[in-house]
Amino acid sequence: MERLAPQPAPLTWRVATLARLQPETSSATTLILDVPEWPGHLAGQHVDVRLTAEDGYQAERSYSIASAPQDAHLALTVERIDDGEVSPYLTDELHPGDQLELRGPIGGYFTWNAADGGPLLLLGGGSGLVPLMAMLRHRAAAKSDAAATVLVSARSWEDVLYRDELATHDDHGVTVRYTLTREQPPGWAGWAGRVNLEMLRELGADPGAPLRVFVCGPTGFVEHVADVLVQLGHDPHRIKTERFGPTGG
Amino acid sequence: MSPLISRGFGGRRRRDVDPARIPPGQYVVDDFPVLSAGPTPTVSLDQWTFSITGAVDEPASWSWEEFLALPSEEIRTDIHCVTKWSKLDTAWKGVSVDVLLEHVDTAAEFVSAFCDGGYTTNLPFADVTDGQAWVAYEFDGEPLEPVHGGPARLLVPHLYFWKSAKWVRGLELLDHDEPGFWETNGYHNRGDPWKEQRYWSD
Repeated sequence: MERLAPQPAPLTWRVATLARLQPETSSATTLILDVPEWPGHLAGQHVDVRLTAEDGYQAERSYSIASAPQDAHLALTVERIDDGEVSPYLTDELHPGDQLELRGPIGGYFTWNAADGGPLLLLGGGSGLVPLMAMLRHRAAAKSDAAATVLVSARSWEDVLYRDELATHDDHGVTVRYTLTREQPPGWAGWAGRVNLEMLRELGADPGAPLRVFVCGPTGFVEHVADVLVQLGHDPHRIKTERFGPTGG
Repeated sequence: MSPLISRGFGGRRRRDVDPARIPPGQYVVDDFPVLSAGPTPTVSLDQWTFSITGAVDEPASWSWEEFLALPSEEIRTDIHCVTKWSKLDTAWKGVSVDVLLEHVDTAAEFVSAFCDGGYTTNLPFADVTDGQAWVAYEFDGEPLEPVHGGPARLLVPHLYFWKSAKWVRGLELLDHDEPGFWETNGYHNRGDPWKEQRYWSD
């Protein structure tokens, strides 16, 4: 059947090959994938991954894309959920050279393109940092001068994803601040505890500015952060959220 | 293309769940995940109304008190979210859309549900009538929590759950289809989980 209007590529299942695994934290691993004829993506989008057992049983889950659209490989950072069905397979069983089915990119809302401009306010809890990292990577690759303020919330310093890389983004128009909710290293100079009104006020993002705000993380984190942003006077329509519950896999 | 076998993947089929109740690509959860595109809006019940607008002879509107006085139903149903989770035997209380449309004379073929926060979702008229859709205000015997769409959300359990719009404030009746929020952001226009209509090209 002939299509009347140009449409993006259909979301068909593609076979990706694992090029390598990059450990990020004790529980998170990045899968660096070769995806032939990948149609490209926007920072913030995700893919669906499908696993098939020998008897035909299938399990599907969604994972945020960590890589910039400009990167040569597609990177997915997977948080291992100990009693999960899919994530332990991806982080523990998969070896370089193994193949995997995925389709995407998915989602047209929680996305940022350098052409959209800034300033950006990115707030990530735990592995909610993944799509925000894709935005920072895209910002750097596109040589965007959009100012970006980033707040990273993690349980401990060891649980912060992309720690070393985040430090390289800091100062180049990007300000990265951290809060550690459960455990702080000796001499810790960042924030401690759950994100609160004072932290968000101190971050300095002016609620009156035309900010592009992205909040991603567990439901409790996102609900709380979005509520506090609204209390601070941020326009709810400028706040894009992506939540994931404790159930995952 | 036949699916690629994932070497060493056994999967974890739930023995307590009838596989015939699980649409393709879904898995069953016991909790109630939350997904929405922005902050949870707050509305005071004194300000709340539910309206039928658009292609109608006379628009209808109910206050919160009037809405609660409408004949209600208890609904036990399975729900399926496009992000892959399904939750079985959820218990709701709400007003059937048939009741809301009882005195409405319309030739509409589509509806657009509109909500606090600006969210909209589109549905064929035929998907919200004949006992297939409700405006629900209780979950598990308790007032519906704001994170789950309270004070009231649309409940259209035979379609993916984004069609069950949270914080719903009314239905606009239309003679044409008007794709809503997720429908213009890459998701399927109708969203039948049994046909796995997740994304626009499915």
